[in-house]
Amino acid sequence: MFNGKQIIVIGERDGVAGPAIATCVTASGGTVVLDHTACFV
Amino acid sequence: MDLAHQEAILRVVEEKGKDNVMVVLGSPDPESAEIAAETVVNGDPTFSGPLAGVQLRLPVYHILEPEVRQAVDPEIYRREIGLMETVLPGEQIAAVMRRVRSGAAPD
Repeated sequence: MFNGKQIIVIGERDGVAGPAIATCVTASGGTVVLDHTACFV
Repeated sequence: MDLAHQEAILRVVEEKGKDNVMVVLGSPDPESAEIAAETVVNGDPTFSGPLAGVQLRLPVYHILEPEVRQAVDPEIYRREIGLMETVLPGEQIAAVMRRVRSGAAPD
């Protein structure tokens, strides 16, 4: 699913943060090209 | 989705094209997941950001969807996502993600 793909990660502080998502997709062969974590406080 | 995120996404697509790009979300609820997904598929639904009227039609998934879970090493997924998987409404989020990808109108 992620192998060879360029991944835009849009995390959220109250949900799943960007770095956790990035770790998952990178371990599955994807390349993170953008990693943002939104914070709505 | 805030304006800085939209600008950054637009910049990535302009630099790399759309063919090999995918979006993965970590939104905490179905409502915010739907807005974020709509933004990268059909354009900013609030018509306030750089993606207003821009239909990128990027493939978009949420990290809690079953097909994403199956694509990730189970131990890594458990360590990185496991806690939030137990508290977030994954099935409801997955339902809105499928609807946005299919192009169906909201209920």
